[in-house]
Amino acid sequence: MEKTWNNKAWFMVLPVLVLVAFSAVIPLMTVVNYSVQDTFGNNEFFWAGTDWYVEVLTSDRFWDALTRNLIFSAIILAIEIPLGIIIALNMPKKGLGVPVCLVLMALPLLIPWNVVGTIWQVFGRVDIGLLGHTLEALGINYNYVQNPMDAWVTLIVMDVWHWTSLVVLLCYAGLVSIPDAYYQAAKIDGASRWSVFRYIQLPKMKRVLLIAFLLRFMDSFMIYTEPFVVTGGGPGNSTTFLSIDLVKMAIGQFDLGPAAALSIIYFLIVLLLSWIFYTVMTTSDAQS
Amino acid sequence: MARIDLEHIRHAYGAKPKSENDYALKEVHHEWNDGGAYALLGPSGCGKTTLLNIISGLINPSEGRILFDGKDVTHLSTQDRNIAQVFQFPVIYDTMTVYDNLAFPLRNRRVPETEVDRRVKEIIEMIGLGGWAGKKAQGLTADQKQKISLGRGLVRSDVSAILFDEPLTVIDPEMKWVLRSQIKRLHKQFGFTMVYVTHDQTEALTFADKVVVMYDGQIVQIGTPAELFERPRHTFVGYFIGSPGMNVLPARIDGSTATIGGETIALNFRPEFKSGAKTELGIRPEFVSIGREGMPVAITKIEDIGRHKIVRARFADQPISIILDEDGDIPADPRIAFDQKAINIYADSWRVGGEA
Repeated sequence: MEKTWNNKAWFMVLPVLVLVAFSAVIPLMTVVNYSVQDTFGNNEFFWAGTDWYVEVLTSDRFWDALTRNLIFSAIILAIEIPLGIIIALNMPKKGLGVPVCLVLMALPLLIPWNVVGTIWQVFGRVDIGLLGHTLEALGINYNYVQNPMDAWVTLIVMDVWHWTSLVVLLCYAGLVSIPDAYYQAAKIDGASRWSVFRYIQLPKMKRVLLIAFLLRFMDSFMIYTEPFVVTGGGPGNSTTFLSIDLVKMAIGQFDLGPAAALSIIYFLIVLLLSWIFYTVMTTSDAQS
Repeated sequence: MARIDLEHIRHAYGAKPKSENDYALKEVHHEWNDGGAYALLGPSGCGKTTLLNIISGLINPSEGRILFDGKDVTHLSTQDRNIAQVFQFPVIYDTMTVYDNLAFPLRNRRVPETEVDRRVKEIIEMIGLGGWAGKKAQGLTADQKQKISLGRGLVRSDVSAILFDEPLTVIDPEMKWVLRSQIKRLHKQFGFTMVYVTHDQTEALTFADKVVVMYDGQIVQIGTPAELFERPRHTFVGYFIGSPGMNVLPARIDGSTATIGGETIALNFRPEFKSGAKTELGIRPEFVSIGREGMPVAITKIEDIGRHKIVRARFADQPISIILDEDGDIPADPRIAFDQKAINIYADSWRVGGEA
């Protein structure tokens, strides 16, 4: 077929270009701009080159926060992915249970993030919170405001409560797309429950799991709202993640240069790790 | 291989069937001989897949018993029945190689690896995938995948029967012939009991020694392809088999004559039936001849399909189809005659009287 070339077609993509420019490209370039300059207000800027990057990358503060982020994401993924698969496998496939389960599963996802934080912040309080008070009554010493371990456990349980549903829903979508004939054939072939999972369900869930894994990694790596509301980064610095540190630096201390440099580094880390995960997981898919 | 007996099987999908109509499968009482090739033929929703799944044990029948070689297997699980089943869509284990796919049923049954290797190599040759053993099953074509599904059934040396549930639906037309003749050859060579579900009459008639025609949850006729063609027991069989299907015309029967409209047709037998039944005369388009003698007819349309012509006409105010040779002529004042031997009489849709 002969293709007609019409330059007016560019106008069709213009709205999107404008939108992306204003929502992503221009803000990002502003941040780049800040990260290579120094300012003392009055709209006066001095060239700083890579100084801020060096400062950020050589500070313990950055590396500590990054380590916390990595540990947090690793724990979140290690819990939410298997748990999500297990729940999805056990969800009903037909009948009245399906809509009930789906609605229950979707509920945590519908709650605004800062509300989730507030819920758990109150829930965990020793004086008035159901969880905190119950634990205390049971004689368990729990206080997320003072004990770093308790703060971490609270954040992780909260994130699992909040986000496992997403993994469940994605896996469930993958599972219901498997035709009955596969299960019937597996029965006829005498396959065990484990073989059915390993050779039928898991391969069919692979693609959605990749998406679930990437989404959960990126979101947990960039977590801000919930720990900010629940712990505010404390006790001490024990739950200060990169995002919290970044806000402290930019808005609390008004160190725009280092904060901008940190933003860029943070952005590149998320981008790089996501790209690595994606590449590794899709090439292993292509080989099989 | 085994002989399969179905004893008064009925099945309803709902929990408490109240009337006859709640049964997806009305009473089926039938035996499948050891080593026979059967086709279950019928339109969608007639209960043929239900019947197949009852044999394979994927469904437990609401009523009745199933016997394999005289042994009651009604409550045995699919695994314990030693049935192989090939589904409409190829079911393969994507992440495994062709070899592992075929070895899977044996390994699940803890067959020693040397025996597995021997069987798999044998089957891989049998289904003509010799060079593909090490390939991942994912990238294969639909017909190769379907061969693997078949192979996974054949690999178990002790299968009682192989069941096919419309296995050629997703296969390209030219591969259908190849695959069907391959299945047929396997049947001849190894004598498996085979039950083949299809809604395609050509497939059923070419595959099976005996064709079981199902309609509305019951078996309406079991017979050889020739029997189904010449003596359909039920008007449905007449419609369903043949292209175009049998002409079924409302007729008044008096002794050994039939009257359609104003025309009287002599029969070579005396049909017997309950008085008050709805009577019809069935004649296949192949046995209606057109010429200058006989009963008047008004031609509405002529379809030339290459090998022959299909003449659509109205006879005694009823539509009728006639098959005419490619070079056959239609006179200006066309008249038709029925081949007396090929006339069937139906009372309330079931065939009555005459020789079988």
